[in-house]
Amino acid sequence: MSNAGLAQFQQVFIEESLEGLDTMESSLLALDEGGDGELVHTIFRAAHSIKGGAATFGFPEMASFTHEAESLLDEVRGGKRAIDKPIIELMLRSVDCLRGMFDRARAGEPLNDATSDGVRGELAAMMGREAPAQAGPARRAGDQAGAWMIQFKPHAGMLASGNDPLRLIRELAGLGELVVEADLSRLPALARLDPSECHLGWSIELKAPVRREDIAAVFDWVEDECDLSIEPKPTAVVTPAPAPAAAPAPANIADAAAARGTREASAESSSVRVAIDKIDSMINLVGELVITQAMLDTFREEFDPSRLPLLQQGLTQLARHARELQESVMGIRMLPIASVFNRFPRLVRDLSQKLGKQVKLDLHGEQTELDKTVLEKIGDPMVHLVRNAIDHGLEVPEKRRAAGKHEMGTLKLDAFHRGGNIVVEVSDDGAGLNREAIVRKAVERGLIKSGDGLSDEAVGDLIFQPGFSTAEVTTDLSGRGVGMDVVRRNVSDLGGSVVVRSKPAQGSVFTITLPLTLAIIDGLTAAVGEERYIVPLVSIIESVQLKPDALKTVAGGGELFRFRGEYLPVLRLHELFGCEGAKRTIEDGLLIVVEGDGSRVGLFVDGLVGQQQAVVKSLEANYRRVQGVSGATILADGSVALIVDIAGLVRLHGRRKAA
Amino acid sequence: MAKILAVDDSASMRGMVAYTLRGAGHEVTEAENGQLALDAAAAGGFDLVLADVNMPVMDGISMVRELRTRPAYKGVPILMLTTESHTDKKMEGKAAGATGWLVKPFDPDQLLATVKRVLG
Repeated sequence: MSNAGLAQFQQVFIEESLEGLDTMESSLLALDEGGDGELVHTIFRAAHSIKGGAATFGFPEMASFTHEAESLLDEVRGGKRAIDKPIIELMLRSVDCLRGMFDRARAGEPLNDATSDGVRGELAAMMGREAPAQAGPARRAGDQAGAWMIQFKPHAGMLASGNDPLRLIRELAGLGELVVEADLSRLPALARLDPSECHLGWSIELKAPVRREDIAAVFDWVEDECDLSIEPKPTAVVTPAPAPAAAPAPANIADAAAARGTREASAESSSVRVAIDKIDSMINLVGELVITQAMLDTFREEFDPSRLPLLQQGLTQLARHARELQESVMGIRMLPIASVFNRFPRLVRDLSQKLGKQVKLDLHGEQTELDKTVLEKIGDPMVHLVRNAIDHGLEVPEKRRAAGKHEMGTLKLDAFHRGGNIVVEVSDDGAGLNREAIVRKAVERGLIKSGDGLSDEAVGDLIFQPGFSTAEVTTDLSGRGVGMDVVRRNVSDLGGSVVVRSKPAQGSVFTITLPLTLAIIDGLTAAVGEERYIVPLVSIIESVQLKPDALKTVAGGGELFRFRGEYLPVLRLHELFGCEGAKRTIEDGLLIVVEGDGSRVGLFVDGLVGQQQAVVKSLEANYRRVQGVSGATILADGSVALIVDIAGLVRLHGRRKAA
Repeated sequence: MAKILAVDDSASMRGMVAYTLRGAGHEVTEAENGQLALDAAAAGGFDLVLADVNMPVMDGISMVRELRTRPAYKGVPILMLTTESHTDKKMEGKAAGATGWLVKPFDPDQLLATVKRVLG
C-alpha cells in the first residue's frame, strides 16, 4: 500500500469484508437450523476472500486469524470433520472477533486483543494442535554451485498453457550468462510439424553462482509440463552464498506503517455502493436532459412565436427529466433494509437461548429500501424492540403451552411502503402488554392519576414515557436504563413515529413509521410576516381557523385552544422566531395542528402558501444549530425558508413552560 | 501496453489489480466471476487473463478450462490468483490449462513483476 491511490481499496476491502462476515454469520445460523452443505462453501468462500485480501491490504493479523478459521472450515468442507454445534458456536465467535478487528482497524488500534487471541487458540485446539499451520511444504533448501547444467525438455502441449520456453530461457538469462544448446532430435519433418506444439529441448549452462531454488523458481509454473533437471556443474568452484535478499522486509514494514496512516485518515469517511443499473439509468437520464437542453438552446438563436408549442413541450420534458433525475439520485441513498434485518437472526438466537425461550424469527420485506442515514440509525431502536419482545413479550415454553399456544413463539420483522412512508413493524405473538401493570406503574410514577377511561392506545403510549419500565424483575438484557422513551426519541429524530398495538394473550405490534428520505421532505409552506416556513407534511394533522373566543389564556401566559375534546397549546411562530409584520389576531391567521414527540400543538401562522417538496439543506453545516429548526430550503423564487422541526418545537415549548 | 482481463469477486482485490495495471499503462477489463469473464473474453483480444480461484457463480478453474476450449485463447497466458494454503489449487489450475499463478498476498510490485514475466 505504498501508493496513496491504493488506499481506497483498503476501504473497499473493509466494507466487503464486513459484508462477508454478515454472510458468514447468516449462513452459520442457517446451518445451525439444519441448512445444506452448500452453506459451508459459502462460508468458506467468504473466509477465504477475507484472508486473501487481509494480507494484501496490510492486515497480517487478520489474515492469520482467518487462516485458522479457514483451515477448520476446510476440514469441514473436505468431509474430514462433521459440522456440529461447538464448531458453529466457535465460528460465530470468530466472526465476532473479526468484526472487532475491523472496528479496531478503522480506529487505527492494534488488531489483536485478548479475545481474538483466545478464539484463535480455540480454533487451533479444535484442530488438535497448538501452533498455526505452516502453509505448504517448505521449499527445499537450495544447494549452491558456481555454475549449473540445466536440461529442459518441454512437453508438446506447453505452448497451449501460455508458457513460452523462450520466455523461460530469457528469464534464466537474467540470472547470469547462458550457454544454450538446442536439442533438435524430436523435431518432426516440416510436413508433419504442428506449430502449436513444442518439439525442441535445451541443454543450458548457467554460469552464475546462484542457488538451486532461484533456478527452480523460473520453472515453477511448468514443473508438470516438462522434463527438467538442474545439476551443479561438476568442475565449478563453490563460492559462498550471496547475501540473503533481506531488503524487502523493512520496505514492507514501512508500507504497513504508511497503510496504517491512511487508514486513520479515511476512517471517518463513509461511502455507498451503488448497483450498476442505477448508475446506468442516471447516465441515460442525463443524456436525455442534454438532448432537451440542446433543443431548448435553439430558441436562443431564433425565437419565433410560432414555435411556442415546441418551447412548452421542451420545458415539460425538462421538468420531467429533472424530476426523474432527482428520483434516481435520491435512489442512490436508498439501500435495502436487509442489512439491518440480518443482524437479528444472531441476536434472537443468542437471546432466546439465554432466556430459555423458543423463538422463530420471521423476516419480511428485506428488500424494502431506506435512506442510508435512516438505515444506519434505525438499527438501535429495532434492537431495543426485539430485545423487549423476547424478554418481556414472548413467554417461556411452559407458559405458552399452558395458554394453549405453540411452544415456539414467533417474532416477525416486516418492512413495507405505506403512502409516502416506510413502515417497519416488530411484532410478536406473546402475552401482549399488561394493561394493569402499566397503569399501576404509571400511577406510581405520577404519569397519570388513574387508568379509568384511558383507551388501550393511550395506555400503550405510556410505555414510551421517560423512565418507564414494566419488567417485574429487571433482567440482564433489557431494563438497563435505556427505555422505550429513547426508542421514540431516536425514531422521531429521524422524522418518524412509533406506536404500539397490543392484545392480551395475542401479542404486540410495534409500528415504526419513517419518511422515505431525509434529503427531501413534503411540506406545506406557511407565511409568517415576510418569512416563509416549511412545515413537514407528515406531522400535520389539519389546519383550522379559530373564532376569537376559541382561545383560552391560562395562568402563566400560555394560550390553549380546544381541538376535538382536548386543549392544545398555541405556539405563535412569529413570537418564537421574532418575525416582523406578522398577523397577531387569532381570527386573521391560521392554526396548523401538528404532532411531534407524542404531543400535539397548534402553530399559529398568517396563512398557507402552498404545498411543495423541499430539498433539505443543513443549517448546522452552513450556519449553526437552531432550536426548533431542522434545516433550510431554497424556494422557487430563490429565497430561503426554514424547515420547522416539530418535535424540537414541542420540546422547546415544554421547556419554556417549565421555566 | 497489453489488454488484460482481471477476474475476482472481491471488489477490493480486483480494484487493486486493475489500478496497478492501469498505472503501468495496461488496458484492463474487470469481471466479477468466471461466467462474466467468459462473456467479456468472447469479445476477444486479451493478452493476459488474471483470475481468482474461489468465486461464486463460476470459479476460476472452471473458467480456465472453458477458456482453453476456445481457439482464440489457446496460448494466451492465464494466471491464477491463489492463496498459499492451496498448493493443490495451483496444480488443479494448471491441469485446467492455466499458465501459472500469483500467490496472494501480493503487492503491486510483485504483480507487475509477474505480469512482466509472462508478457515479456
